[in-house]
Amino acid sequence: MSNETIMQVDNLKVYFRVKNPEAMPWTRPDVLKAVDGVSFKLKAGETLGIVGESGCGKSTLARGIIRLIEAEEGQVLWLGQDLLKLSNNEMRSRRQEIQMIFQDPLASLDPRMNIGEIIAEPIKTHHPKTPKAEVKQMVEDVMVRVGLLPNLVNRYPHEFSGGQCQRIGIARALILKPKLIVCDEPVSALDVSIQAQVVNLLKELQDEMGLALIFIAHDLSIVKHISTRIMVLYLGNMMELADSADLYDRPRHPYTQALISAVPIPDPLIEKNKELILIEGDLPSAINPPSGCVFRTRCPKAQDICASDKPVFEDTGKGHMVACHFHD
Amino acid sequence: MLVLNKVKIQEMADNIAEMDAVKGRSLWTDARRRFMQNKAATASVFVLTLIVLFSFIGPYFAVWTNEQIDWAVLGRVAELGQPSFANGHFFGTDSLGRDLYSRVIQGTRISLSVGFVGATVAVIIGTLYGAIAGYVGGRVDQFMMRIVDILMAIPGMFVLILMLVVFGRSILMLFIAIGLLAWLDMSRIVRGQTLSIKNKEFVEAARATGVKNSKIITRHIVPNLLGVVVVYASLLVPGMILIESSISFLGLGVQEPSTSWGALISDGAKTIRYDTEWQLLFPLAFFVTSLFCFYFIGDGLRDALDPKDR
Repeated sequence: MSNETIMQVDNLKVYFRVKNPEAMPWTRPDVLKAVDGVSFKLKAGETLGIVGESGCGKSTLARGIIRLIEAEEGQVLWLGQDLLKLSNNEMRSRRQEIQMIFQDPLASLDPRMNIGEIIAEPIKTHHPKTPKAEVKQMVEDVMVRVGLLPNLVNRYPHEFSGGQCQRIGIARALILKPKLIVCDEPVSALDVSIQAQVVNLLKELQDEMGLALIFIAHDLSIVKHISTRIMVLYLGNMMELADSADLYDRPRHPYTQALISAVPIPDPLIEKNKELILIEGDLPSAINPPSGCVFRTRCPKAQDICASDKPVFEDTGKGHMVACHFHD
Repeated sequence: MLVLNKVKIQEMADNIAEMDAVKGRSLWTDARRRFMQNKAATASVFVLTLIVLFSFIGPYFAVWTNEQIDWAVLGRVAELGQPSFANGHFFGTDSLGRDLYSRVIQGTRISLSVGFVGATVAVIIGTLYGAIAGYVGGRVDQFMMRIVDILMAIPGMFVLILMLVVFGRSILMLFIAIGLLAWLDMSRIVRGQTLSIKNKEFVEAARATGVKNSKIITRHIVPNLLGVVVVYASLLVPGMILIESSISFLGLGVQEPSTSWGALISDGAKTIRYDTEWQLLFPLAFFVTSLFCFYFIGDGLRDALDPKDR
């Protein structure tokens, strides 16, 4: 595993303009800050897990990085090149190095195309002159690699189970041998037993091909299993970013502590006596986020300073980054 | 580890190469099966095929052409012009003594081709226009759909009649005029469908792969639209035939000696009080049967392509 940084995201902001349907046409639309200043580095072959509750901007962040949604400001350096400044054509050819796996396995496959066509689509798009026999061979190889029988190439997505569909999605993402795969909750729509299979498959493929992964999930135990480092998002802001083991053993942000305390432990004795940190209330609106620290409205440690000053996202030692005035 | 894996993969691939690829069942195959189970629809396809075949094979059995006037009958049509095999007028003659059998065949050809050509033009223009407007969205969408709104605000029949009067009555003009009007509804339907398809994950997946927008429209959006388009098109064909017939009934459609169902029905209706009811009934029977068939087929297609709605 090399140590070279392949992607560096600096202060990425993705805003949406939301118009109130009852408002007058000349009024300014509200600004929804889905992702508000996220920065991180990703090394080759590394897995960055991104966790956070629903609506905290995980998926928007992923789509902002690979420009499925245009970002407001910031930069995404991919091998030294700012993706956000590329023209549409240049971006399209970059896309063969960065692929994506989606949340709903069946919905991410075109129901009118058969599996062979779906998996071959990236080749047809980026290398349209590849001879047919070679394409067929590549498709078969990648299908075997993800654990699908190659004689199923002529079947259609609705004839497969969810786990198989996700394997097809992975095969499509792998066929051009990308350097990074963005996984947007790839297992949350699957059964627990299938989840393990798919996650282990991703891990194997990563070791074998030196892939970097950005792995989004709301299931902390799965993220822990696959990630090298983990980022905790809350309302589009980074709360904590640390090595996987470090984050689990010594969470420093009150939000992370609450999240980790909510993970069930498969041992009833420990589970019963475990101290649960409860967070009350709902996620505040991203149109009108709280001043200062965005988490202060639900934070058990909140003081006056949290409302007035936004905490700096700082290194508290050994690359363990936290944004909190009162971190442990 | 890597080497071992490769060996394993090669072995597996060799084993599998011996297996034949399983044939998948596409959504189209499923739809065809459901359509075949619909008795009314399959019977309609059969009857309609017979009518189309009749319009091609029929002329070989005709004794008279559609322009020839049978002078023996002329003037005494009510008595001598009745349908009979003896004088070769299988369907009788019209009020001018022309063979109705040949004229019905000719009218069938014109009416059906107006229906099919009109619907094809509408489908092609409407689908592409609607898919582009819906997929691109934003200002382009607003602009394109406002054009459709404006064109829709002009009464169609009025434009049709005006065009036929100004540019002269010809079958080509009829095709153009009907085609120009019919794509408007189509584009609206297609745009609505595109809006719902373009937010599906497989379109996002294609964008993430780097597929060009034009390719996304033709490869992913249009094939997924086709179900709706096919159903609407099957209902568009009888609609086109009806428009042509009403134009012809008004005396503005195809030009003599060519004819169409509408023109024949119009002629037949004018002479009904002279006891020549066959002049109305034969073209009317073809007209009504075909329309019924088209509507049954449309129904069958809708059920077959959209099984959720049943």
